[in-house]
Amino acid sequence: MTLNSKVPEGPIKDKWISYKDKINLVNPANKRNIDIIVIGTGLAGGSAAATLAELGYNVKAFAYQDSPRRAHSIAAQGGINAAKNYMGDGDSVYRLFYDTVKGGDYRSREANVYRLAEVSGNIIDQCVAQGVPFARDYGGLLDNRSFGGVLVSRTFYAKGQTGQQLLLGAYSAMNRQIGRGKITMYNRHEMLDLVKVDGKARGIIARNLITGEIERHSAHAVVIASGGYGNVYYLSTNAMGSNATAAWKVHKKGAYFANPCFTQIHPTCIPRSGDYQSKLTLMSESLRNDGRIWVPKNMEDAVAIREGRLKPTEISEENRDYYLERRYPAFGNLVPRDVASRAAKERCDAGHGVNKTGEAVYLDFSSAIERYGKEQAKIHGIKNPSKEKITELGEAIIEEKYGNLFQMYEKIVAEDPYKTPMMIYPATHYTMGGIWVDYNLMTTVDGLYAIGEANFSDHGANRLGASALMQGLADGYFVLPYTIGDYLSNEIRTGEIPTDTPEFDAVEKEVKERLEFFINNKGTHSVDHFHKKLGKVMWEKVGMARNAKHLKEAIEEIKEIREDFWKNVKVPGKVNELNPELEKAGRVADFLELGELFAKDALERNESCGGHFREEYQTPEGEALRDDKNYAYVAAWEYTGKPSEAKLHKEELKFKDIELKTRSYK
Amino acid sequence: MNLTLLIWRQKDARDKGKMVKYQVSGISEHMSFLEMLDVLNEDLVNKNEEPVAFDHDCREGICGMCSLQINGEAHGPDRRITTCQLHMRTFKDGDTIYIEPFRSKAFPVIKDLIVDRTSFERIQQAGGFISVNTSGNTQDANGILIGKEEADMAMDSATCIGCGACVATCKNSSAMLFVSAKVSQYALLPQGRIEAKDRVKNMIHQMDLEGFGNCTNTGACEVECPKGISLENIARLNREFLKASVK
Ligand SMILES: Cc1cc2nc3c(=O)[nH]c(=O)nc-3n(C[C@H](O)[C@H](O)[C@H](O)COP(=O)(O)OP(=O)(O)OC[C@H]3O[C@@H](n4cnc5c(N)ncnc54)[C@H](O)[C@@H]3O)c2cc1C
Ligand code: SF4
Ligand code: FES
Repeated sequence: MTLNSKVPEGPIKDKWISYKDKINLVNPANKRNIDIIVIGTGLAGGSAAATLAELGYNVKAFAYQDSPRRAHSIAAQGGINAAKNYMGDGDSVYRLFYDTVKGGDYRSREANVYRLAEVSGNIIDQCVAQGVPFARDYGGLLDNRSFGGVLVSRTFYAKGQTGQQLLLGAYSAMNRQIGRGKITMYNRHEMLDLVKVDGKARGIIARNLITGEIERHSAHAVVIASGGYGNVYYLSTNAMGSNATAAWKVHKKGAYFANPCFTQIHPTCIPRSGDYQSKLTLMSESLRNDGRIWVPKNMEDAVAIREGRLKPTEISEENRDYYLERRYPAFGNLVPRDVASRAAKERCDAGHGVNKTGEAVYLDFSSAIERYGKEQAKIHGIKNPSKEKITELGEAIIEEKYGNLFQMYEKIVAEDPYKTPMMIYPATHYTMGGIWVDYNLMTTVDGLYAIGEANFSDHGANRLGASALMQGLADGYFVLPYTIGDYLSNEIRTGEIPTDTPEFDAVEKEVKERLEFFINNKGTHSVDHFHKKLGKVMWEKVGMARNAKHLKEAIEEIKEIREDFWKNVKVPGKVNELNPELEKAGRVADFLELGELFAKDALERNESCGGHFREEYQTPEGEALRDDKNYAYVAAWEYTGKPSEAKLHKEELKFKDIELKTRSYK
Repeated sequence: MNLTLLIWRQKDARDKGKMVKYQVSGISEHMSFLEMLDVLNEDLVNKNEEPVAFDHDCREGICGMCSLQINGEAHGPDRRITTCQLHMRTFKDGDTIYIEPFRSKAFPVIKDLIVDRTSFERIQQAGGFISVNTSGNTQDANGILIGKEEADMAMDSATCIGCGACVATCKNSSAMLFVSAKVSQYALLPQGRIEAKDRVKNMIHQMDLEGFGNCTNTGACEVECPKGISLENIARLNREFLKASVK
């Protein structure tokens, strides 16, 4: 099969508008007879479910948590981008488009990104109408902040809980439709496989996580909005239950998986503290607006800090290395995430890391506290304020901006970040790769769509901060509801899809057999044992810096762990009951396959771009060296029976509206 | 450190359930409370015993999935945090810790420490929204001016994570704090005023149907709420309800 991105003709500015004008519609009476399954109720799935239900379709929405409101979008902290130009600092749809393509290191599809920028402003309008309490200034207008990789302020935020507020907005829209009977919500249900009939996505097999019952659900189209696969690293900023099962299962049923190696390692997370660590906590990128990143300039100081003989506050200004400001004067602490993460690793590898493990750098707010303090003193007409007064006033501003993040940090690390700099280190955070989709957000399986973090679409090889929330809501509120109609207009005569068919029988049997296998295996090691092993290989050999030798080793090692897993995994309890270990087993089994494809993709891509850094391909200054001649394509993998034998399809990326050039933040 | 845990074990909704004693050792003060339970569970799996089922997901205090009544307190002894943010440095070597599910008639136990909080869902479905379609055809976001103070207050109310600690703490099992947070958020914003009367009536009606108790102003909920949702919200809810009823 050849890949067809189905990007409409015409100038980039008009593509979406003229395409929408011509798209096939389904009349309201017919929508009533059409069912749509939505897997996931995060920003992407939640907004899609609500909008599709409003349009009149019958929606069945699934989430593994006990409420749609608990999807991991809830954890997003910093903000959401939109090209509103409210600040009058020169922002525009084109600039957001440009920044996103550049930030993604020229590995995304122009037309999709342009559309994203185009609808971004509408998202903010919509959310405000829903009652999302975005931050405002004293005049009552919306406030903005800056995120990495851009020179304008276009990020809207609700304190440090932007994801929460946006998700609660989508959740409220869902609730309205649940109340009206247009959405049937299946909480504590996990999709375990896709059912295809005559090549079309027609339903799913799901497990009721309370009773363990296996259920069949049918629909005229299936939408995957199950989030990212960062937990393939075991430790990440994702939720404990975040998983790749839905995405991986549809991949095995014919959906191509694109750019799995494009993963974002976020520069500012709380460093790990021990082997028992179950997850890593993000400290929002918004902190880089005010925090300055540094390590001790002198090795002796770094050693003294690690050994607890010296405090960071005792190191004088000239003995600090603000390495981002030094290396990238134009963007300073606000370089994109991939650049900031690699720079932190470089300093720590060179021996300047702090924390006992040597794997941490400082994020320091003292300059900001002083700056704000002085500003406040002026505003309040305090003459010759004391140092204490300045600190007090400055801390109050920092608290207002980032209070919940500071509290979170203090609870985890037991140190007061107002008084001593935070320690941070990069951690797996987001996956740009995902299920391949065309301009309509349809996968390579007819009637199967993928939205939000689960698809590969808009962020290329590196996502800019505050753009995932934007993409999730754009997909769900404003793109999918149109494009899916084009497909469903051919389904108005189909009628209800029966579930008592051989196709459903066959998939259900497979699902049940796998669950029984886990319970009956009675092996020697817990599921976590294998997940941690996989995570270690992924982090060490397929992490922030990769090379061919390590990647080949990783492929072999992952294979070995997988074989070991299938022989020796131990899952207690029964199938037909609430059984968290059984849930984990299925997810880890899928990660063990995905991990291998991930490494294979990284090995195949002989260039460095965005989050994918191959040590063999770098400039003398250690910057990523892209190869546009040979690698300006999306790698879309087709499953052929084994991850190692996946077949590569290339979607060539053509840059017509943006000139391909080397990314520079210097 | 070494600890003795007394944990509520209950096979399913019908089982009677009982407290069971466990020992854990080698617990680091830097572990989170749930990581301590992970250690216990890993140990139980290795010994071919059934691990303890508990709810959790984000493990950073925002999804509202985790619960637990720890030594009689919802989300444990520390204030302004959820169970997943509680760290073992709060305890001492040799401590005995009682771990139970959130208890309320409206939160039936599903298994061990997991309870069913879908009663909260139904309350939200009854009125926890503004009736605006998601078509994007609304006015420009800056067309609605909202004073910083109101916006900040609405935000404070909106930070409720729906965990249910307020209910578990209340001797009457009242859900007033939870309901008042949502009602307040919308009552404080011009967008929410239009449906204010129906909203408050419908949500309160559903709350009563779900079997939550009455509020007698003990204020216990505010103390245990991990997000600092204040009693002012309940006062506002009462005012809103009164306004809606007199008409
Ligand atoms: C800590 C953190 C902070 C972030 N901060 C920001 C930020 O400030 N700005 C920004 O733009 N982005 C941010 N991001 C990224 C952004 O939050 C996510 O990319 C985005 O929210 C993903 O939304 P989603 O709807 O695709 O998936 P999710 O919100 O992850 O939702 C996944 C849904 O799928 C369901 N699900 C999964 N598997 C199954 C299955 N097999 N069966 C049934 N249901 C299933 C889940 O129950 C859930 O409902 C952050 C991410 C993290 C982790
Ligand atoms: S009001 Fe507080 S305690 Fe009650 S559900 Fe909301 S966050 Fe939890
Ligand atoms: S696990 Fe999400 S709040 Fe505790």
